[in-house]
Amino acid sequence: MMFFLKLIQSIGVGALSISVGLLFMGIGRKITARIHRRYGPPAIQNFIDVFKLFSKNSISHGFAYDLGIIAGTSALLAAVVFLPVGQINLFPANSSLIMILYLMTMAYLGMAMGVSSSGNPNATIGISRALTMMMGYKVPFAAVIFSVYIFARTGSLTNIIAAQSGGLLNWNMIRLPFGFIAAEIALQGMLGEKPFDMAIAPAEIASGPMVEMSGKYLGFGMLQHAVGIFLETGIMVNLFMGGAPNVWIFVIKQFELFFIALLVNAILPRFRVEEGVSFMWKIPLLLGVIQALIVVL
Amino acid sequence: MSEWKELADYFRGRSMWMLHYCTGCGAIELPPTMTSRWDMERFGVVPMATPRQADILLITGYLSIKSLKRVVYTYEQMSAPKWVLGFGSCTINGGIYWDSYSVIKRLDKYIPVDLYIAGCMPRPEAILDSFVKLRELIKKGEAKGYEKYVKNFEWYKANQDKVFRRTTPVLKKPEEVTKSA
Repeated sequence: MMFFLKLIQSIGVGALSISVGLLFMGIGRKITARIHRRYGPPAIQNFIDVFKLFSKNSISHGFAYDLGIIAGTSALLAAVVFLPVGQINLFPANSSLIMILYLMTMAYLGMAMGVSSSGNPNATIGISRALTMMMGYKVPFAAVIFSVYIFARTGSLTNIIAAQSGGLLNWNMIRLPFGFIAAEIALQGMLGEKPFDMAIAPAEIASGPMVEMSGKYLGFGMLQHAVGIFLETGIMVNLFMGGAPNVWIFVIKQFELFFIALLVNAILPRFRVEEGVSFMWKIPLLLGVIQALIVVL
Repeated sequence: MSEWKELADYFRGRSMWMLHYCTGCGAIELPPTMTSRWDMERFGVVPMATPRQADILLITGYLSIKSLKRVVYTYEQMSAPKWVLGFGSCTINGGIYWDSYSVIKRLDKYIPVDLYIAGCMPRPEAILDSFVKLRELIKKGEAKGYEKYVKNFEWYKANQDKVFRRTTPVLKKPEEVTKSA
């Protein structure tokens, strides 16, 4: 009985993450349009796009292709289940950040397996850029996570949230400012927004990993991006903004982080991949190490 | 089942992803259509990078016989509910290339065109109008060019082969070229 209850709740959290992520993407398109002085699509445009994609015919490129795309989406959905979302915390004993990050990496590897089996060189270039960039932003993010771990003396997200309770001044955002800035830059890379969107460069490599995706596969790709936005901003809210008492406030806090990423995305051009990695290993890593030293000493 | 089809057509009409084949001069009208002044994204139309992702194939202007070959490849790579927009008078009757030996005159003979945009060249307003018209056609279930292509495949292939034969090189052997030089 307990098992089925958890199962239904997990499906609910997955559906929540998909719908919030798609809504964020739609609002993001609207805000970007307003920055360009355009009117922009309706905020629910991404729901329409996903429904359309699932109603189209699609072309498979073999078993590994199907498996990779499904593995990518399901790994991210599995990671979302372990994330504390406001008052919803399905597995408080197991909400370890290391496991969530591991599942996020699995999602990228599943995607890499799928798209590189399609045989298109643009897809292979795109996913290799994505993995190189992941190597870039995971290092400063890991430095930040260690300083948060040492500061809170715990590895569980539930306990990290509990340690920040009691007002704005207890948030890690205020207590660990250098770490927050480093993590914010790493978040820009995780979301794949400009200047770190070299994996999906429509003009140079024909949208990279998505180049051979049609219909339902592209729909799964879009769902994966939606869940990814929810998960990555959710981790940041839990680590630095003290979690949230309920889901609504959690989503509002997530949107603040996404909004900053959008503004940066709207005004900056794109790095080359080696520039992106060397930037990540210089400035955010330096900030992360400074923060770790401050916490340790 | 028909309700499901109606719902799917509703969504398809509101999210049309476009692949623009820009060899003709009409391509110059597309940047203003996409950007701030006439913003086509408000109709759910977004430019896409590859034929696999696209719903609409927009042929901007004239097609030489060699580029027609590439258009046919592109059209056949797109996945099923797909539509073709013929842009400008070149796709209707050849336009100013009406007596050219290397340019096709009517696009409709080679791939099924759902909607033509008349003019040389059409203004961005006309392009936006065509998106709205195509949305209505999709909603009414009248834009079925892709089914026509499957049904009359032999006819289309015969027409295509008739012009593709003209692209084979005249000099067969490279030795002849070097000998004459």
